[in-house]
Amino acid sequence: MTSTTIDDAPFIEPSTRERRNYLNDEYGVLSWLLTKDHKRIALLYLFSVTTFFIVGGFIAFLMRLELLTPEGDMFTSDTYNKLFTLHGIVMIFFFLIPAIPAIIGNFILPIMLGAKDLAFPKLNLLSWYVYMIGGTFGVIVIITGGVDTGWTFYTPFSTQYSNTKVFATTLGAFITGFSSILTGLNFLVTIHRMRAPGLSWFRLPLFVWSIYATSVVIMLATPVLAITLVLLMVERVLQVGIFDPALGGDPVLYQHMFWFYSHPAVYIMILPGMAVISECVAAFTRKKIFGYKFVAFSSLAIAFLGFLVWAHHMFVAGMSVYSAMIFSFLTMLVAVPSAIKVFNWTATMFKASVSWQTPMLYVMGFIGLFTIGGVTGLFLGALGVDVHVHDSYFVVAHFHYIMVGGTIMAYMAGIHYWWPKITGRMYPEWWGRLSAMLVFVGFNLTFFPQFLVGYVGMPRRYHAYAPEFQVLNVLSTAGATVLAVGYLLPMIYLAWSVKFGRIAGANPWGAAGLEWATTSPPPKENFHETPVVTWDAYDYPAFLKAMKETQNV
Amino acid sequence: MSDATLSHSAEHAAEPHGHGHHHPFLQHHFEDMGQQHEASTLGMWFFVAQEILFFGGIFAAYFIYREMYPAAWAAGSKLQHWQIGAANTIVLIGSSLTMALAVWGAQQAKRMFTAWMLILTLVLGGIFVGVKGYEYAEHIHHGQFPGAMFAYTHADNPQLTRGIELFMTFYFTMTGLHALHMVIGAGLLLYFIKRTFRGDFGPEYYSPIEIMGLYWHFVDIVWIFLFPLLYLV
Amino acid sequence: MNDFPLFPESASSVAPLVDGLYLFLVAVTGAVSLLIWIVIAYFAIKYRRRPDNELAQEQEPPAALEITWTIVPLIIFIGIFVAGAYVFFRMNRTPANALEVYATGRQWMWKFQHPTGQREINHLHVPVGRPVKITMASEDVIHSLWFPAFRVKADVLPNRYRTMWFEATKTGRFHIFCAEYCGTLHSGMVGWVEVMEPTEYQRWLAGGSEGSLASQGEKLFEKYACNTCHTNTAGARGPNLAGLYGKTRTLVDGRSVVADENYIRESILNPQAKIAAGFQPIMPTFQGQVNEDDLIRLLAYVRTLGAEQPVAAAVESQQSFQQSSGAPTTTAAPATAAGAVPASGTGTPGATATGAAAAPQTQPPAAPPTTATNQ
Repeated sequence: MTSTTIDDAPFIEPSTRERRNYLNDEYGVLSWLLTKDHKRIALLYLFSVTTFFIVGGFIAFLMRLELLTPEGDMFTSDTYNKLFTLHGIVMIFFFLIPAIPAIIGNFILPIMLGAKDLAFPKLNLLSWYVYMIGGTFGVIVIITGGVDTGWTFYTPFSTQYSNTKVFATTLGAFITGFSSILTGLNFLVTIHRMRAPGLSWFRLPLFVWSIYATSVVIMLATPVLAITLVLLMVERVLQVGIFDPALGGDPVLYQHMFWFYSHPAVYIMILPGMAVISECVAAFTRKKIFGYKFVAFSSLAIAFLGFLVWAHHMFVAGMSVYSAMIFSFLTMLVAVPSAIKVFNWTATMFKASVSWQTPMLYVMGFIGLFTIGGVTGLFLGALGVDVHVHDSYFVVAHFHYIMVGGTIMAYMAGIHYWWPKITGRMYPEWWGRLSAMLVFVGFNLTFFPQFLVGYVGMPRRYHAYAPEFQVLNVLSTAGATVLAVGYLLPMIYLAWSVKFGRIAGANPWGAAGLEWATTSPPPKENFHETPVVTWDAYDYPAFLKAMKETQNV
Repeated sequence: MSDATLSHSAEHAAEPHGHGHHHPFLQHHFEDMGQQHEASTLGMWFFVAQEILFFGGIFAAYFIYREMYPAAWAAGSKLQHWQIGAANTIVLIGSSLTMALAVWGAQQAKRMFTAWMLILTLVLGGIFVGVKGYEYAEHIHHGQFPGAMFAYTHADNPQLTRGIELFMTFYFTMTGLHALHMVIGAGLLLYFIKRTFRGDFGPEYYSPIEIMGLYWHFVDIVWIFLFPLLYLV
Repeated sequence: MNDFPLFPESASSVAPLVDGLYLFLVAVTGAVSLLIWIVIAYFAIKYRRRPDNELAQEQEPPAALEITWTIVPLIIFIGIFVAGAYVFFRMNRTPANALEVYATGRQWMWKFQHPTGQREINHLHVPVGRPVKITMASEDVIHSLWFPAFRVKADVLPNRYRTMWFEATKTGRFHIFCAEYCGTLHSGMVGWVEVMEPTEYQRWLAGGSEGSLASQGEKLFEKYACNTCHTNTAGARGPNLAGLYGKTRTLVDGRSVVADENYIRESILNPQAKIAAGFQPIMPTFQGQVNEDDLIRLLAYVRTLGAEQPVAAAVESQQSFQQSSGAPTTTAAPATAAGAVPASGTGTPGATATGAAAAPQTQPPAAPPTTATNQ
């Protein structure tokens, strides 16, 4: 109704730093390695996942360097094949899947629910160790010669023909899968059973809805990947013909089983991104998310429909015309809930109070890039076009718009948004905005040319390519350089801010949400006393009122 | 503690046995024993759900190949001794019964009864795995282990051999994964037997035994499906 | 560097369809994306945070708006689906008068064989203005045969035949790529398709070959001693193969199958899988003995047996196609071009169509191909 000023809103507290918090509650390496505190485990994940991100990003940069020239003169074919395989495996299994759930989700979900911890703290720590064991296999593979099957491990190449470290790699992916299963299980039980008094399902922040949907997908899809990888390992070790046609198996069955997991896995990667975006949109427009229930249920719809579209990865792999049509149709359906989300986020900005702080810049980048990634998915879902662009750079560009333009933009938004809560200090705003702009420009320069070169006819996973593709590839490599700077900057200034950043205070953004009602960094038990929720999600006036009352008490 | 009515946790807080005192096994992040019990039970159900998908994947592959090689599948199941399988099924169902009795015993505060039921479950599970090991040894002895060691040829129709090898691959993978679950279960049983003797469990705190029971029953049910599919077809 | 296309050459009958759909999608989705970008930028500027605007003014969302942007995209998406499915359907309807070419993928080369016996590696010669049907299988891992200029692609599987087709509309040299990652030299598994004028193509076909594919197959038929059982006489131990191709036949277990490429392939490699009614399962497997190239030759031979006419006549009819290939729409040519003159000898499209439609991978079963629809 009437405009409210920030002075009416004393919820931005003076910049104080709580003396006792989860960071200084205990000291020593063991207090971290044996911690059961979800916030500390989140930080363990932050370090390990970031390490894998650096590895995967470095490999990507090497690939882009190789692709500067058509001849394939920097690495041997063998090395290049190993590079793109490791890039895929590291980025998907060790970065994208755990990034938002295991770092941001682990840290913020219990606080959003007003819980002291996740339901199973020991399981949470175990999942980190399982992740590290899986990751160790990944590192061993990299050191001892790599693997060249592509992250999809298509049979019979992976089982009978490749003589690289397929077994160790699949075992690593298998083990890491259990890490996500444990995390997903923990989240589901926590969301069901650990909500604070008054926090009903429709008062939950949209972050929780989205993470809930993610966890369901993790729980139902990951085991199928696990058993598929078991069969692959059995075939590889025993040299029997589960998927090898020469020994009586069916290689296309592998693809069905693999994509039954790996298509939902796309949603395991993007739904948490959507979770972060919903929170940030609400916080940086200081407004209720437009159409809360539509956004909430669209997450569940995505999770459900995501299980029905796996075979759209196989339109040219030899399926009947009619099953191709069914999967194409279902693919069109799964696009609808994503469209709903984009429209609702955009509509939330109507008559809002839009801040241009770093997380919001990432959010706007996300919405724009995710839209492009989404609509190019329609190209791939449309059968007639898919036949041409399948396995071309068009596909590469498409999924990088979703995974990098979507998930990583959201991850960056989330890290900046909750950084003051995690560390108690602000990151330098100017540098943040600069890096957001660099990422946006560098990203588009890297991946937009790939749509073009894909339609022209460049196949993916090519070490050397036809000379007419070179100009677009040079543009792409130039963009990758900008993108690399955009990603390196935050690592530096965020690390710097831990020691030298401005003290943040409990609610530096003036956001509405339970996590901003506790101190920064939060105490070990998250809240000094169990909060009682009396407001709907993102209901600023009600949240302000509640905060004022608690201050007066 | 608030008694707001909107949340699940609050509902469970209203259960009688949560209030009043702090149970020694109440973890700090739960409000009360009721919430803790609900959380751990729900967690086990979710775990079982993902296990169903895990076994579901290999069952699906099994059925697809059975469609492809019906004759080999029929011949392959004849390599199994269904009598041994049936006996083992009975052993396993017996262990489910003792497991259920152990849960009941824990709820009724019958410490020794619970402990002995758990031990009996462990013994029956051990018999099952032992018999399974005997069957494996027999198969290996007769060259029926898939891969390089596979030396079996179907007497009437040598062309079925490859399909039978595939069947045996599924046989070993499926029963092997099942046996792995049994071994993990046995390890958990040992731990809970120790805790039962220590007197950890009672009417207020028996959820570990209960979720152990859920797990054990699930593993049994998997076998109930495996037995006809692999031995009888 | 002065030559970098932003759009691929369009050189087949389906290419304009694919390009049309592609450009339509670019226009629609581009407009929607641009609209969203503009709206975001507009809102971000217009409603940027100012001192009098610290908190947003709450607006109750009108439900109509939500319904609108659920239903409207759904309708658009279904429209896209229909358009895409239509193009896909066209792509999968192999014209009955298609020229036959056989392809084998192996690490890391493409091998092509023509019914007239020519063999090529990483090169394929085809005539312009004439549908070409490729029957293909892989010797090892999964490959994928892609002709970007023709906008067609199909995975090449190691355990069965699949078919694809195109009709080139432009002469020239166009890329052949392997699109499915297949190992070390995946990016080296490339080649050129040469689209030639029919007369030129004819001259090329006349060039050296070791006899037609079918006659090579006939020699193999003797070499592998197939003819000891498949004597093609009454009372033989093996089924009579004359007239087999494209027919529906009954099996011992009562099922019936269409004797297409995959059936013949399976019957050679895994004879026990489907036993013809009235015969004993006595045939040994030839898995590992007959390689993909020989399989193709045997297949070509069995197909020519269709007419119970000597191989020489079949080759002759292939030659006669060469004479008449300048006029691809004649009805006699297609049947002979397929190398399978039906018993009736009249060249009815339906006889060859049965075989084409029966290949389960790419054929729409409900749509019997019509002759030369895409001329």
